[in-house]
Amino acid sequence: MRIPCPHCGERGSEEFLYLGAAGLLRPAAAAPAAAWDAYVHLRDNPAGMLREHWQHLHGCRRWLVVTRDTRTHAIAQSVDAAGLA
Amino acid sequence: MIVGGGGHGLATAYYLAREHGINRVAVLEKGWIGSGNAGRNTTIIRSNYLLPGNEQFYEHSLRLWKGLEQDLNYNTMVSQRGVLNLLHSDAQRDAFARRGNAMRLHGADAELLDADAVRARHPYFDFTSARFPIKGGLLQRRGGTARHDAVVWGYARGADRRGVDIVQNCEVTGIRIADGTVQGVETTRGYIAAAKVGLACAGNSSRVAAMAGLRLPIESHVLQAFVSEGVKPLIDGVVTFGAGYFYISQSDKGGLVFGGDIDGYNSYAQRGSMPTVDDVMEGGMALLPMLGRLRLLRQWGGIMDMSMDGSPIIDRTPVAGLYLNAGWCYGGFKATPASGWCFAYTMARDEPHPSNAAFRLDRFASGAVLDEKGVGATPNLH
Ligand SMILES: Cc1cc2nc3c(=O)[nH]c(=O)nc-3n(C[C@H](O)[C@H](O)[C@H](O)COP(=O)(O)OP(=O)(O)OC[C@H]3O[C@@H](n4cnc5c(N)ncnc54)[C@H](O)[C@@H]3O)c2cc1C
Ligand SMILES: [Zn+2]
Repeated sequence: MRIPCPHCGERGSEEFLYLGAAGLLRPAAAAPAAAWDAYVHLRDNPAGMLREHWQHLHGCRRWLVVTRDTRTHAIAQSVDAAGLA
Repeated sequence: MIVGGGGHGLATAYYLAREHGINRVAVLEKGWIGSGNAGRNTTIIRSNYLLPGNEQFYEHSLRLWKGLEQDLNYNTMVSQRGVLNLLHSDAQRDAFARRGNAMRLHGADAELLDADAVRARHPYFDFTSARFPIKGGLLQRRGGTARHDAVVWGYARGADRRGVDIVQNCEVTGIRIADGTVQGVETTRGYIAAAKVGLACAGNSSRVAAMAGLRLPIESHVLQAFVSEGVKPLIDGVVTFGAGYFYISQSDKGGLVFGGDIDGYNSYAQRGSMPTVDDVMEGGMALLPMLGRLRLLRQWGGIMDMSMDGSPIIDRTPVAGLYLNAGWCYGGFKATPASGWCFAYTMARDEPHPSNAAFRLDRFASGAVLDEKGVGATPNLH
């Protein structure tokens, strides 16, 4: 799989570090335990489009939000994560 | 009703009939039985876990493996020829000694070997590697391998003979629920009512559980495996490299069967990526330089239900009558007998057996997680 980095161009996935689903919002410290459980543990885990965090570790070291089809690895979008959830 | 005709689903049906006298059971499988991970794994069986909660379950499973052929009257080719985890540093020796002691406290066998004892079993390893010297290993002699397809066929035949219906090419597309209680399942072959539904869908667990409105503490990841051309008997037992992700055994046909780590990002594609192929081959060459002389015959992938703590779930769910068997990560083949046995018990009695009591779905919310590696809620690192 090759990931297009908005800063460095298309690179092999081995240059990147994977974190998992993007868009999970960290609850307030005093939020109920169920909110923390959902944030830390529960995932949609879709077979299809997934927005996810990758870091271009062996490149520009920027965090990216990549939108990828988990069935085909086709990448629809790859943008810098700054300013995005 | 069991959803999923892999090893776990079929074993569940078998033990429902044999242990609990319940034979009005159907197993629904979207493809053919054994087309998922049951038919794709590297067949290693072992009970070399550290944590209470895990260790007694896998030891229960190893005891069922021991008598499985007599029980099923089917040659599942259970071969207890040893599983050896190699160690390469003093810190690793301490960790393995601790794990070996924990195993023995649970009645399992474990032996700490020094480098000479490892050399006597496997003279062809690269013992003097400056980067990864082999200092010894933790051996479980009762571990080994079994024939994966035969396990599927043996449980399927045993269940079928006790009156279980196995329905292939029947995909579950919805779960009907009324007043918080399961009513039955929608399938590609019509609606089927059922008072109790057990999900055993491995890599597809999140998708099927979502039909009942559940979000699981699971991500799906691909794991690859490899087999070489056949050679004369060379490697006895199963060996895991301790300085990288690589493990190997030899099949009865002579092929060297090996693998490494998951690819590391969510995937529902039953095929892997090249960087992981490289990584596995590098691990193999570091341990066993002669591997480079062999040709690779086949390579494939399967979709793992990686849980947030690396341990499985066998439990009831918040929906009455709906039960969950999931989170097997890369190690659910060895679990097949005990998983079926415990899931049948849990479904029949509506309560867990002591062997699966720690595999609760609510352990993530309560904090009672079973994290063997201590890496936290990071499925791709377990
Ligand atoms: C490459 C590889 C190597 C492995 N090596 C080992 C090993 O050495 N030792 C070990 O212990 N474990 C190993 N594993 C893990 C082990 O194979 C799995 O944990 C185990 O097989 C999972 O249980 P199962 O057999 O029931 O799964 P599966 O065989 O995957 O069964 C699940 C079934 O559910 C069906 N299904 C899914 N969705 C639906 C639906 N909607 N309707 C109907 N049916 C559905 C699927 O088609 C599938 O047949 C390995 C896995 C892989 C991929
Ligand atoms: Zn970059």
